[in-house]
Amino acid sequence: MKISAFWICIAVIFLGGLAFTEVATNEYYFTALYVILQATIMAIAWNILGGFTGYVNFGSAAFFAVGAYTAIALDKALGLPLPLLIVAAAVVCGLIGLGVGYLTLRLKGVYFAIATLAMAIVLETLVTNWTYVGGARGAYILTPENHLWFDSYIQMLFMLMLVLTLGSVAISRKLNSSRLGRGLAAIRDDEVAAECAGVPTLRLKLISTTVMGAMMGVAGAPYPFFVTFVDPVSAFNLFVAVNAIAMPMIGGTAHWIGPVIGALLVGSMQEIITVNVSSELNVLIVGVMLVLFISLAPQGIVGLVQKHVLRRRR
Amino acid sequence: MLSLDLFANAIVAGVLLGGFYAAVAIGLAIAFGQLDIVNIAHPAFVIVGSYIAYIVNTHFGLDPVLIGVLVAPVFFLVGVGIYRIYYAAFERTGQESLSGLAFFFGLMFIIEVVLILVYGVDYRLVRAGYIGETIEVGFVGIPLRMLVPFVVAITCTSAIYLYLSRTFTGRAILAVAQDRLALQLMGADPVRIKQFAFGLAIATTAIAGSLLIIIGPVEPSVGRLYIGRVFAIVVLGGMGSISGMFIAALILGIVETLVATFMGPSWAPAVAFGLLLLTLAVRPAGLLGR
Repeated sequence: MKISAFWICIAVIFLGGLAFTEVATNEYYFTALYVILQATIMAIAWNILGGFTGYVNFGSAAFFAVGAYTAIALDKALGLPLPLLIVAAAVVCGLIGLGVGYLTLRLKGVYFAIATLAMAIVLETLVTNWTYVGGARGAYILTPENHLWFDSYIQMLFMLMLVLTLGSVAISRKLNSSRLGRGLAAIRDDEVAAECAGVPTLRLKLISTTVMGAMMGVAGAPYPFFVTFVDPVSAFNLFVAVNAIAMPMIGGTAHWIGPVIGALLVGSMQEIITVNVSSELNVLIVGVMLVLFISLAPQGIVGLVQKHVLRRRR
Repeated sequence: MLSLDLFANAIVAGVLLGGFYAAVAIGLAIAFGQLDIVNIAHPAFVIVGSYIAYIVNTHFGLDPVLIGVLVAPVFFLVGVGIYRIYYAAFERTGQESLSGLAFFFGLMFIIEVVLILVYGVDYRLVRAGYIGETIEVGFVGIPLRMLVPFVVAITCTSAIYLYLSRTFTGRAILAVAQDRLALQLMGADPVRIKQFAFGLAIATTAIAGSLLIIIGPVEPSVGRLYIGRVFAIVVLGGMGSISGMFIAALILGIVETLVATFMGPSWAPAVAFGLLLLTLAVRPAGLLGR
């Protein structure tokens, strides 16, 4: 029963998105929704490692940027269509996740966190010095003429992002409730005990980082076509990394729905504040919310709701 | 290509830079190496120190180093306050690994954004008589804006080294890392010792910040580059070993200057992080690891 309810929800959201492209005329809505959906995928991806497994990744922006730059490079070199670019970005970022994980996941969790920070700067330096994709000056991407049966290119990108987001939600939910997910939760709660109980911790952690990296690459691949100009500073923006951490932390990390709630809530709030107040202030608010939630409500919104419901039942 | 005087100049500049790096990293060697507090916001506090030096220097014309020393006690109190929050919210409940990391990450982000909101992203600098002067020794030029931070950094590092190895409180700080329970049995309160040590670690950033702005102009996001540098130095030095940290700082300073001289400055930021990844992959215990 529960499984079918979930898939009905997914189908309803998809059809709702399709209907929205027919009804809405203002392009701004699609731009805003694209940004929110992109952040949602990043939050879900971060949570697969951070929330389920308990390892902090500070380099989300690097995976995102590598996804974007893989798309730029392959688009320039071979002119591949967008779906293939997304697959390529997923493969490249998944391999980077696997590599960083292999180097550091055998050590204490702290080293992994610091290594991801380090990786972000190393990759940014490489891209800045790589003139083929524009180097420090950045790269311009021409928006393709073809936008299928949609009224405009941004509408198509919005639907693409919606499908990718729904796919991420499904993967994350599957991971959370599967045998694999229980293994990851065991690692998070007590790694030594998990190892002793026969959980193949290193292999599970590597699967987890690889999926995370691939998903972040997927979120980054359509980005060049969305903004049409990418430079290292904007692609490796710290704000992307902060959002990817703040959204799951605010929503709640233990359950798959947590990052989705956090991303939709914080993402919409950011759009409203950016339009009505200022974009700098909105950056500050996310930072403050992150620190407040971690200190006062470490289980996030999901945790707060669960506590409330439990109290009522008693 | 590889001319001798260029090489000699790069080595001297690297040693001076490395000495300064030691002053930036020593606070983290205490916080991360001894207390197991992964203070990612450490470089952000250094930048705050730089901005305080900039503000006081432009208004009252005081010497930046003097400002750093005067502000250090205030930073000490801030550090004590942060440790209290950290202890109450994370360490006591055993959640320091995930939530503690994210807490300091958020703190770093808030500091950076507030500085940008108040002062913008323009580069700020200080004025002092010795900035701009250079001593010539043979064909090697030693700029005083590098030499002064180097001397202050050496003094600061030696003082902390002596403090940790000679005094009762200093030894208690070293003991916290090794055996908490034994320290408790000796009649010292580990939480108070850690609180004091973390205050000390943050106090060093006031001085490091004033040195940073003597070396060159500072803007809020400069701190991010220092995350890799300080962690590379502390990990390479062997987590909490002050002498190992100093050697690692010199190594990083020299390698970074050589890379900047012979490959171009745009590659220099990757050196620290490359060194860090290499250390983690090959010898996680560091040079003088326990």
